[in-house]
Amino acid sequence: MSHVTRPTGPIVIDIENITKDYVMGEEIVRALRGVTLQIRRNEYLAVMGPSGSGKSTLMNMLGCLDTPTSGRYEFNGRNVKEMDDDELAAIRNREIGFVFQTFNLLARANALRNVELPLIYAGIDPETRQERATRALNDVGLGDRIHHKPNELSGGQRQRVAIARALVNNPSIILADEPTGNLDSKTGEEIMALLEHLYQRGNTIILVTHERDIAAHARRTIHLRDGLIEMDHAGFIPELDLETAATT
Amino acid sequence: MKRFLYELEESWKIAAAQMRSNMTRSTLTALGVIIGIIAVTLMGTAVNGIGIGFDKSMSVLGDDVLYVTQWPWKPVDDWWNYRDRKKIQTEYAEKVNRIIAATPNSNLIVAVPTSSLMRSIKYGGNEVDNVFTLGTTSDFTVTSTIDCKEGRFFNEIESREGAQLVVIGYDVADALFPSESPIGKSVLINGQLFKVVGVNARQGTFLGLFSWDSMVAIPLTAFNKYFSSKSASDSRADGAKGESDVRVKVRDKKRLVEAKDELTGIMRRVRGLQPEQRDDFSINEQQAFKSTLDPVKNTIAFAGLFITGLSLFVGAIGIMNITFVSVKERTKEIGTRKALGARRRTILLQFLIESTALCLLGGFIGLILAYFLCFGIGKAFPSFPIQFSIGLVVASMVVSVLTGLVSGFAPAWTASRLDPVTALRYE
Repeated sequence: MSHVTRPTGPIVIDIENITKDYVMGEEIVRALRGVTLQIRRNEYLAVMGPSGSGKSTLMNMLGCLDTPTSGRYEFNGRNVKEMDDDELAAIRNREIGFVFQTFNLLARANALRNVELPLIYAGIDPETRQERATRALNDVGLGDRIHHKPNELSGGQRQRVAIARALVNNPSIILADEPTGNLDSKTGEEIMALLEHLYQRGNTIILVTHERDIAAHARRTIHLRDGLIEMDHAGFIPELDLETAATT
Repeated sequence: MKRFLYELEESWKIAAAQMRSNMTRSTLTALGVIIGIIAVTLMGTAVNGIGIGFDKSMSVLGDDVLYVTQWPWKPVDDWWNYRDRKKIQTEYAEKVNRIIAATPNSNLIVAVPTSSLMRSIKYGGNEVDNVFTLGTTSDFTVTSTIDCKEGRFFNEIESREGAQLVVIGYDVADALFPSESPIGKSVLINGQLFKVVGVNARQGTFLGLFSWDSMVAIPLTAFNKYFSSKSASDSRADGAKGESDVRVKVRDKKRLVEAKDELTGIMRRVRGLQPEQRDDFSINEQQAFKSTLDPVKNTIAFAGLFITGLSLFVGAIGIMNITFVSVKERTKEIGTRKALGARRRTILLQFLIESTALCLLGGFIGLILAYFLCFGIGKAFPSFPIQFSIGLVVASMVVSVLTGLVSGFAPAWTASRLDPVTALRYE
């Protein structure tokens, strides 16, 4: 493992030996079997792995949508494992910006209202809300589309709205789950260029994907297999990842 | 606090958007509440009306008049103690008046005797059966709020002489004289001619309780002469004797208790009772009657509101059902909102407001419809007691909101407890 290009900023996510078990009927599924991971500020990390590798479970943990069965998870030095539902909601609201494969925009609300949503949950007043949401939409190149509803926007534009929504509360990390999964490759590249731009501006980005081309944009890649980190390396090593991709 | 307000505002916006985009569904669901609110509101107006009808009938009795009777105006368990009491004689009134006149600072003003029988009245080809025929003196106008639409009540001299005059109620006048003024005409009561001197203003009837509309009044002297049991022309066995009582007007209705005590003392003197003997008469006032009728009134109100409440309950179930559907089909949205930082409380609030908004809308429409229905019923059946009030408006709005909160709670709670991971994955 190379440590040469690792950023040296403060640790945002500190995971030590976390496990997650699910009860599925009679069976216990061990989705994560002991994952240890540290993510620092302004990293660009790709999480790869075949389906069933625990990728989604890890993402849910990182996104504070779920809490681990055992192990230690600190987000900005705060213990996530001990948090109740409302505290987790507050962490998600302020510290994490989600970007989903299916965009998950509110169909009946225009772009501006969609982007304002996290600010409403943060208790920001209407004027500031509108100002910040407009700025976020400008940042993703949709300044002229703020009053359009999702069904009046293209797939790429919808994902830009979702990214603006993820950015608007200045989160510690942006968690993108297959952000290009529902887009054609050209639009996908545009979205990746936007994420690259955000990374350059100092954002921390965690990308969950099974596509090599997409993962290739990250500065660090981890491979999951059977609930364990199989590999954690800087940059993107095509030969190594070829092997992983082949098993997908 | 601020945050709560923003969430509240957001919830209202969502609710409005939700209703707009599911027009048919919302309308049909609201219809249940609309019907429920109409039913409850109409029942409410009827209950109100019944109350007012009772009070109106009661006001005939007067709240400053004491009634000396054989039987008390309340249900008794020991009827045998009352059965053998001596009848109240109309002559007592004179004796009572003499004592009142001799008492300085008496709380009583005047005693008026009345006797009554059911009689038929004829004029020309028209006849009215079972008319409540009252024999009394001219002092009757003091104890009773009687309003003559036409003519007048008989005066003291006519009363004493036993002139064959009659004051008739509105309905009686209407039946006997459909197209002419009754004043000055002679009607036949029990084979005797009586000249109509007055017609009472319409009072309105309610549940057959006291109403001057179907009564006639004649001087007591004439009443005793022609209708008492001694009268040969009276062949009917039942009701032949007639009921008599003495009504006494009180000077100050705030001192009703003292007045009652004073009257009790006077009546004991009139009856010549020894100190150890118990009263062999009853003294009643309007209040006593009210308190026996109130349970009846309350039972009607309770039963009516309960039955109509059931229809509102059905409406509430509709709301609950639609909110469950709404939660189900928006599971993914709930997941997204939770991912963006919505707390449980936020989600709970959102769906509660949605169901409440629907109920409030239904309640509002129902209230407007109920208002017009009331108006229509009032126009079509003027005698039907129906009363629309501000209190009712407020009450039905409160009921609407409560219905929304109660019926929305279970689905909203379910939504708020959804696991964000599962909700996000839901398709």
